[in-house]
Amino acid sequence: MSTLLEARRVTKIFGGGLFDRTSTLALDDFSLAIDGDRPSITAVVGESGSGKTTLSRLLLGLTAPTEGRVRYEGRDLQAMSRAEWRAFRRDVQVIFQDPYEVYNPFYRVDHVLATPVAKFRLASSRAAARGLIEDVLRAVGLRPEETLGRFPHQLSGGQRQRVMVARALLLKPRVILADEPVSMVDASLRATILASLRRMNAELGISILYITHDLTTAYQISDNIVVLYRGSVAEAGDVELVVKQPRHPYTQLLLSSIPQASAARTWMTDNAMASAAVYDAAGAGCKFAARCPSVASRCREAAPPLFQTDRHRAVSCYLHQDAPSLAPEAMVSAFALPSVTRGRRS
Amino acid sequence: MRNLLVHYGTPLGAVTAADSVSFSLRAGERLGVVGESGSGKSTLALAILRMIKPPGRIDAGEVWLDGVNLLALSDEAMRQVRLARIALIPQGSMNSLNPVMRIKDQIADALRDHGLAPSRRQVEERVRELLESVGLRPEVADMFPHELSGGMKQRACIAIAISLRPRVIIADEPTSALDVVVQKQVMETLARVQKDLGASVILVGHDMGLMAQFVDRLGVMYAGRLIEVSPVRDIFTQPLHPYTEMLIASLPSLEQKGTFRGIPGLIPLLRDLPPGCAFHPRCPHAVDRCRAEEPRLREIRPAGWAACHLR
Repeated sequence: MSTLLEARRVTKIFGGGLFDRTSTLALDDFSLAIDGDRPSITAVVGESGSGKTTLSRLLLGLTAPTEGRVRYEGRDLQAMSRAEWRAFRRDVQVIFQDPYEVYNPFYRVDHVLATPVAKFRLASSRAAARGLIEDVLRAVGLRPEETLGRFPHQLSGGQRQRVMVARALLLKPRVILADEPVSMVDASLRATILASLRRMNAELGISILYITHDLTTAYQISDNIVVLYRGSVAEAGDVELVVKQPRHPYTQLLLSSIPQASAARTWMTDNAMASAAVYDAAGAGCKFAARCPSVASRCREAAPPLFQTDRHRAVSCYLHQDAPSLAPEAMVSAFALPSVTRGRRS
Repeated sequence: MRNLLVHYGTPLGAVTAADSVSFSLRAGERLGVVGESGSGKSTLALAILRMIKPPGRIDAGEVWLDGVNLLALSDEAMRQVRLARIALIPQGSMNSLNPVMRIKDQIADALRDHGLAPSRRQVEERVRELLESVGLRPEVADMFPHELSGGMKQRACIAIAISLRPRVIIADEPTSALDVVVQKQVMETLARVQKDLGASVILVGHDMGLMAQFVDRLGVMYAGRLIEVSPVRDIFTQPLHPYTEMLIASLPSLEQKGTFRGIPGLIPLLRDLPPGCAFHPRCPHAVDRCRAEEPRLREIRPAGWAACHLR
C-alpha cells in the first residue's frame, strides 16, 4: 500500500496549553491513512463536537495539529515547499457543506469553474477551457447551457452543490474530501450528488473521504467507516460490519436513534437509552463512560485501546478486550478492501 | 383547515405559497406535514397560528378549532388563542428563547400574559412541574438559555408550549438542528407530554424517517399544494401520488445498499409554476391532462387522499 494522505497520531487542542482547563481537546491521538493504489471511499461519522470539522481542516492543511503529523505523499503539510503545496492543493479537493456560502453572489457561476482552470493552467485556449468545464458539468448531471452564465441565486441548492462537485473534478484530483456535501440539499436531490461521488471513485479512481453526521448516507456510499466520539475513534472498519452488527455501545446508540423511513415502527418503543445526554469533564477514561449502559470501573480509569474484533473491524471498548489490541496508527490495517475493482485514473 | 390560500408579495409579483390547502385534524392525533424546501410546509404551520408576516398574506380559507374560525377572530382574541389553545414549538429553539431571561421567567411570562396571575409560589410550583414533565432538572429554572445544550433548549421550548395545556401543538422542524440521539429524546418527550395533555400534534418537517416513526397520518406538500394525505403506514407501503412514491424511493436506507435514486428535474419555482399539475415535468407517468388541468385532492381509498389524475 502506498499512502497518499495520512493523519498520524494527530491531536488538536484549541485554546490554552495542555494543562489549561479551558482548552478543548478536539481530536485525540487520531490516525487515518488513504491508500493511493486502491481508491476507496472512507466515511468519518460523528455528532456535533466529535471533531469531524477539525479533522477536515487538519487534512486540508488549514490548521496545524498540536501533536502528530498530517502528510501528503510522505511530506508534512506544515513543512511543504511552495511547489509541493501547489501540487497538494491540486490533488486534494474539497466539497463543503454549504452550497450557498462558497459563491460570490456578484459573479456568475462560471467564475468558480474558470478560476481553477486559469490558476492551474488546465487549458491552452479559451475554447479548450470551455470544453473542459462543459465536460465536468455533464459528468455531474448538469446541462452546461442551463448552468453557465447564471448567477448563484438562479440555481437551486442541489445544482449549486453539483457545480462544486464539478469544480473539484476539473483538477483531476486524487482525493476528494467531502464535508457534509448533502446535508443542506433536499432529499430528492441528495441521491444524485452521492451517486456522482461514487462514480468519481469507481470510474476515475479518486479516493473519497466522506465526513458527515449522517450514518445512513455514509453506509450507502462508503467501503469503510470511522465512528468518532468526542475526538476519539469508537469503532472503525468495514461499513457492512459496523452498521449491521455494531459492537461499540456508542455506535449501537447512534444506530438505534435514527428514525427509519419505513412502515415498521420500532423507533419510539426502544426506551433503553432514553436518559438525557450527560457529559462529564474529560477524564482519563473512555469518553463515552458517562453515557454507557455497560460501563465498568475500568472504563473510568484509562481509555481503551482499539481491539480488532474482526478481520475488518476495530472497536475501542473494553467489552472486546479479549480481541488483540491495535496501535492507533494501525487502525487502517483493519479496513476492508474496496468492494469493487476500480479503474485507475489515466 | 379549508381552502387556505396564502400569497407572498415579491418584486417579481405575488407568489402562491399555499393553494387551496384543506385537511382535518382529530383530537389526540399526530399529523405530519412533509415537504422539501419551498413546498409551503412552514407557511401552512404559520397560517394556522396567523403568524404569516408581510409581505405574506392569508387571502382565503378557514381554520376551525373547536367550532371557532380562527381566521375570523380579532387580533386580540387570536393572541389569546395562541399558546392557550394552539402552541408552537419553533424551528431552531436556539433563537426563540430570550437570551437575557431566566427560563423560569420566560415560562412565568407566558402564564401571566394569558391572564393567569398566580402568586409567585404558584408560578414556581408550575415551572417545576413543567420542567419535570419535559425531563429537565429543577435547577434549569434559574438558568439562562446559553447555559443549556441544544436538546435542553428544545425541551424548555416544549415546556413553554405546554404551559397552558393547549389543544394543538404545532412543531415546526423541532429537531432539525439536533444530533440524532438528542432528537430521539426530544421526540420522546414531545410524545409523552402530548399523551398527558391529550393534545393533537402537527409535525412539520422534511425528514421522512422522523415522520414514519412519529406521526399517525402524513400530508405531503409540493409547490404549495397538499398532494397526498394518508395514514403513515399506507404512505410507506402504497403511496398514491407519484411524487410521494419517488420521494420515498430517494431515501437511503440502513437495510440495503444502493437502492435509492434521486428524482430527476428540479423543484419548480413558486412564481413560475408549470400549468396543470406542478409535478408533471418530473413525473414519469404524466399524460396530456396533467399538463393542462390541475388535479384536486380526492379520496382515492378510505382515508387516502391524493391530487393526481392517474388515480
